[in-house]
Amino acid sequence: MSENEKVGYFGPYGGQFVPETLMAALAQLDHEYHAAMADESFLAEFDRCLREIAGRPSEMYFARRLTEQACGAKIYLKREDMNHTGAHKINNTLGQALLTLRMGKKRVIAETGAGQHGVATATAAAVFGLDCEVYMGTEDIRRQALNVFRMELLGARVIPVTTGQRTLKDACNEAMRDWMGSVEHTHYILGSVVGPAPFPEMVREFQCCIGRESREQMMDAEGRLPDVIVACIGGGSNAAGIFAPMIDEAVEMVGVEAGGRSMGLGDHAASLVAGQPGVLHGARSYVLQDSDGQTAPVHSVSAGLDYPGVGPEHAYWKDTGRVRYTTCSDDEALDAVVALSRAEGIIPALESAHAVAEAMKIAPKMKPEQIILVNLSGRGDKDCNEIAEILKRRKK
Amino acid sequence: MPFLTAGYPDLETTAALLGNFEARGVRVCELGIPFSDPIADGPTIQASYTEALSAGVSSEKIFEMVRSYRQGDGKLALVAMVSYSIVFKHGVESYLAAAAGAGFDGIIIPDLPLEEAAELEPLAAAAGLANVMLIAPTTPPARRLEIARHSRGFIYFVSIAGITGERARLPEESIRAVAELRTHTDTPVCIGFGVSNAETVGHVCEVADGAIVGSAIIHRITDAKDAPRNELVKKVGDFISELLIPIL
Ligand SMILES: Cc1ncc(COP(=O)(O)O)c(C=O)c1O
Repeated sequence: MSENEKVGYFGPYGGQFVPETLMAALAQLDHEYHAAMADESFLAEFDRCLREIAGRPSEMYFARRLTEQACGAKIYLKREDMNHTGAHKINNTLGQALLTLRMGKKRVIAETGAGQHGVATATAAAVFGLDCEVYMGTEDIRRQALNVFRMELLGARVIPVTTGQRTLKDACNEAMRDWMGSVEHTHYILGSVVGPAPFPEMVREFQCCIGRESREQMMDAEGRLPDVIVACIGGGSNAAGIFAPMIDEAVEMVGVEAGGRSMGLGDHAASLVAGQPGVLHGARSYVLQDSDGQTAPVHSVSAGLDYPGVGPEHAYWKDTGRVRYTTCSDDEALDAVVALSRAEGIIPALESAHAVAEAMKIAPKMKPEQIILVNLSGRGDKDCNEIAEILKRRKK
Repeated sequence: MPFLTAGYPDLETTAALLGNFEARGVRVCELGIPFSDPIADGPTIQASYTEALSAGVSSEKIFEMVRSYRQGDGKLALVAMVSYSIVFKHGVESYLAAAAGAGFDGIIIPDLPLEEAAELEPLAAAAGLANVMLIAPTTPPARRLEIARHSRGFIYFVSIAGITGERARLPEESIRAVAELRTHTDTPVCIGFGVSNAETVGHVCEVADGAIVGSAIIHRITDAKDAPRNELVKKVGDFISELLIPIL
């Protein structure tokens, strides 16, 4: 079998590098997922949830004033920030919650960094009457206090994680440890296109509504597809969701990772740009680690991008040259938050601001009739306290 | 079969413990290679990994320690418990060669299930390392036999669906499952995860070829960490002797 045909692989990336204890649960999930995707009634129910609960389709918006400021290509925003709960994460949690019901499981767990995935999981759990526990690093609990409150209000229990750097990777470890002991009645709703198969493929499919809608909306607005699509990359789910439906078209794609404070190891979270092939959280992909294979510390102003790994399909797209991956620094992201707020009245999430910053960078180099589509993955309410503090410090 | 975190609290202590265990009649010891993100481990072993890593322990230094243990005529069979993240980063072939060259006899890669092990199995065999595979309570019956066929050295039967850590008792189901498994294979079967005292060791060894004790040992090392090395070694060694009573 060539690497490309191996199930659960994208080229040499992906796989199932997990303890034997989890293998039965992954097999069950894989089976249910494929059965569900071939089941018209499941797809209709998922569609109904996306419409009635998430509020889809999300708008695609021409950012006229931002375009004028950038002096170049037209900038469109795919408004995932307007979804219920404020980010793209709800698309995936609704899909996985429906699968949880199909598997007859009563409890869900999740990891969260920015808290958006935690809130989206807690919301889906409330809608379907599932027990919900969310693992979150204490550093992120501090940075994203609003989302912690929202999860609790929604009836979820937030479990603080104090190991490692106390951020997303550590929350992911704890969620996996929980799952090791609870697989029989619990489903782990992973929040991005990472982890062992079938998660990367499954989460991408649940997020593909973003790209499918964008495609139609762009055809309606412009009569053609965009020249460039830009999305931020934490694990890579909002990017995969907007890229995948247009991956075979002549559209340039750019993924933006967290450039943090500097490109020194420990100062950023740019796994694709600065990392190397490795294994983390059950999959082979690009990873930030030291020469002994220990996971390296990472940093980003944005909790949702503060992760040393990335989805295996992105690793494949990087190697094949299909997607260009780049970085945006903390400072550039903060500037983009301010710029978008003032130009369009939209306060973006710090994560999404990384994509906005890249669009502002490339637009001036393009012709006015060209089109950039930015995936505005979430809104910035959750970040307001953190942004206020940083801007205050900056003034001094 | 005791489990030690290699390099916790330091490599000299690990080496001293190996010598002590051998003198007390232990024949096989598992050495955990510290990893930053051990998914299958509970708080006790995880904390020991974190501490060993922050003291600068690495695979290379552990190999060096094992090499000098062998040069000093150390006879314990040593099995490395190591994450595939580490093995892959070093390069599978060269990692296995280095481990075997240092004096390891076997390797357990807890995050490398059957499906992903095809590439590694012949390389381990060529390097002269027994690739020990795990069976979990959640493993379906047919798959148990398949894993048993692939496992070398012994079969590691995980007693509980969950992470490592001390448990008051083990599920009887697992004990029965091991008895059943042994009717299908000539490869020895050892039970690990949760085994924490002499009573459980005795119970487990009524059906299994061995019991693996990890967290209970690490917790005793942690308790004696601030004592002089020879005191720590004696205390932990005394605990090992206690565990050996039901099976010697
Ligand atoms: C608004 C927003 N965008 C992006 C991300 C990053 O995740 P992904 O790369 O999977 O889209 C997060 C994660 O928390 C988020 O909250």
